[in-house]
Amino acid sequence: MSVYTQGVIALMGVNILMALSVYAIVMADQVSLGNAGFMAIGAYTSAYLSVKLGIPIFPALLIGALAASFIGLLIGVPLLRLSGLYFVMGTFGFGEVVRTFFMVFEPTGGAYGFRGPVGATLPMIYGWVLVLIVLFWLLSRSRLGRSLDALRDDAEVASSIGLNVTLLKLGVFWLGSFTAGIAGGLYAHYMFYIESGNFHILVSAIAILCVILGGMYTFWGALLGGVIFSILPEVLRFMGGWRLSVYGSVLVLMMIFRPSGIISRQMVRNTGEWVGGIFRKASS
Amino acid sequence: MLEIAHISKDFGGLKALKEITFHVKEKQIYGLIGPNGAGKTTLFNLITGFLPATHGSIQFLGNELTGLKAHKIAKLGIARTFQNIRLFGTMTVKENILVAQNIRARSGVTSLVQFFSSKERELQEKADDLLKRMGLWEKRKEQSLSLAYGEQRRLEIARALALEPRLLLLDEPAAGMNEAETEDLLGRISEIRNTGKAVFLIEHDMNVVMGICDYISVLNFGELIAEGTPDEIQASEAVIEAYLGREEE
Ligand SMILES: Nc1ncnc2c1ncn2[C@@H]1O[C@H](COP(=O)(O)OP(=O)(O)OP(=O)(O)O)[C@@H](O)[C@H]1O
Ligand SMILES: [Mg+2]
Repeated sequence: MSVYTQGVIALMGVNILMALSVYAIVMADQVSLGNAGFMAIGAYTSAYLSVKLGIPIFPALLIGALAASFIGLLIGVPLLRLSGLYFVMGTFGFGEVVRTFFMVFEPTGGAYGFRGPVGATLPMIYGWVLVLIVLFWLLSRSRLGRSLDALRDDAEVASSIGLNVTLLKLGVFWLGSFTAGIAGGLYAHYMFYIESGNFHILVSAIAILCVILGGMYTFWGALLGGVIFSILPEVLRFMGGWRLSVYGSVLVLMMIFRPSGIISRQMVRNTGEWVGGIFRKASS
Repeated sequence: MLEIAHISKDFGGLKALKEITFHVKEKQIYGLIGPNGAGKTTLFNLITGFLPATHGSIQFLGNELTGLKAHKIAKLGIARTFQNIRLFGTMTVKENILVAQNIRARSGVTSLVQFFSSKERELQEKADDLLKRMGLWEKRKEQSLSLAYGEQRRLEIARALALEPRLLLLDEPAAGMNEAETEDLLGRISEIRNTGKAVFLIEHDMNVVMGICDYISVLNFGELIAEGTPDEIQASEAVIEAYLGREEE
C-alpha cells in the first residue's frame, strides 16, 4: 500500500470517529458545531503528554480524550439548556475559542504548531473505530439507547415517563466529546505535526455532513458518512477544480430526495432480521 | 392521595386557574369536567411538573410536587396521557411500552452489557401482558404512528401504565372516539381502577364520565364551580348554567 493510500485510510478512521462524535450528540436531538474543539483538546493534550512528558501513546490518548470530555461536561451544563439553533451557535463559539486558544498558547507551540507526536498506526486507529462502533451498537440495543430515542422523539414526554432528560443529554455530550478527543489524539499521532488550523470549523461542519448524509437515526449512518466523505474527494480528484461543486451538488440533491440520510432505522432493522434469518437457517 | 390546595396559574394576564382546591382519593375514578379553555389541561400540566404553579400546593402521598421536575414526579407514581396523542414516533408499539419501564429497570450504562437477566425477562413478560390486556398484542411490532386513532389512544394509556403508577392522569381519553370505542375504553378504565390505581380523568363531554366516575369536579374559566357525585353534578344549577351557556354561543 502506498503511503498516500495509507494516509487516506488513516484519515478515514479519524473522520469516522468525528462523525460518531457528532452522532452521539445528535442522539439527544442536538447538533454540535464545536466538535473540532474537542478534537483539538484531545490532540494537543495527548501530543503534549507523549512528546514533552514521554507518556506512552495509549494512556496519552486516553487522558487527552478524558480532558476533552471533562471540558465537554463543563460547557455542556450551560450549553445544553439551549435548544436548536442557539445550541449550534454556542458550540460553534466554543470550537472557535478552543482553536484560537491553541493558536496563541505558547506551551503547545502557538502559531508555529506542535511537532513530534508519533506512533498511531492503522491497526491502532481502526482498533479505536471498532471499540467505539461496538459501544454505539450496544447502546443502540440497550434500554439506555431507548431512553435516548424517547428523548429525541419528544423530550417532554420522555420526562413524563420518568427519564432525566438533562442527565441523558449530558451523558451523550460526554460521549461525543470523548470520541472527538480520541479522534484528535489519533490524528496528532498519525500526522506528527498539528497546528490550530487543523481544527477549523470546517472539520466540525464536515463531521455533521457525514451524519446528515449517512443517516441521522443510526450510528451506521455516521460510519457510512465518514467513509463517503473520506473517499469521495479522492474519487473526484480527476475533476480538479470542479470537485467541490460536485460535492456540494450531491449534498443538495441528497437533502431534496432523501433528507433523513442514506441509512434509515428500518434498513438496519430489516438487515438485522435478514442476517438473523441466515444464521438461523445455517444452524438448523 | 393527591391533595390540590389553593392552586393558581396565571399566563401573563390570563388567570387559567384560580385557587383550586380538591382531593383525589386512593382507588377513586375522579373526573374533571369543564368547557373548552376551562383550565383542565393546565391543571394536569401543573400536577406533572410540565408547568410551574403561580401559587398553591400539590401534595401526592405526602410529597410536595410543586417545584419538582417532571421526571421526579413520574417516579413518585404519577403517569399521564395527553390530549393530543404523543407517542414515541420512531418506535414500535412494544418499544413504546419498554421504554416506559425504564425507571423500574436497569437502564443506565450497565444496560449496555446486560442481555439476559431474570429481571429483564420479567419486564418483557410484563410488557407483553400489558399489550394483551390493552388489545395491542397483534400490533406489537408495528410503528406506533401506523396504528389507528383508537389504538394509539390505548397505546398511550398502556405506556402510562408501564410506569406502574399509583395515579393515572388521562386527558380526554375518549376524544375523537365513536360510541363503541368509548364504551370499550370506559370498561378498560374501570379495570385499571380495579388493579388498585386511582384514575383522574379529564373530559369535556360530561355524559361520557357520569357512568364511571366516583366523584367529579367542574371547572369553568379557571374556577371550580361544583364538585360532588355524578348525581349531584347532574342536578347542580351552576353546572347546567355553565354548559348551557356554552351551547348558546
Ligand atoms: N402554556 C400556555 N401559555 C399560555 N396560555 C396557556 C398555556 N396553556 C394554556 N393556556 C391558556 O389557558 C387556558 C386554559 O387552557 P387549558 O388547555 O388548560 O384548557 P382545557 O380546559 O384543557 O380546554 P380544552 O377542553 O380545550 O382542552 C386557555 O385560555 C389557554 O389558551
Ligand atoms: Mg385540555
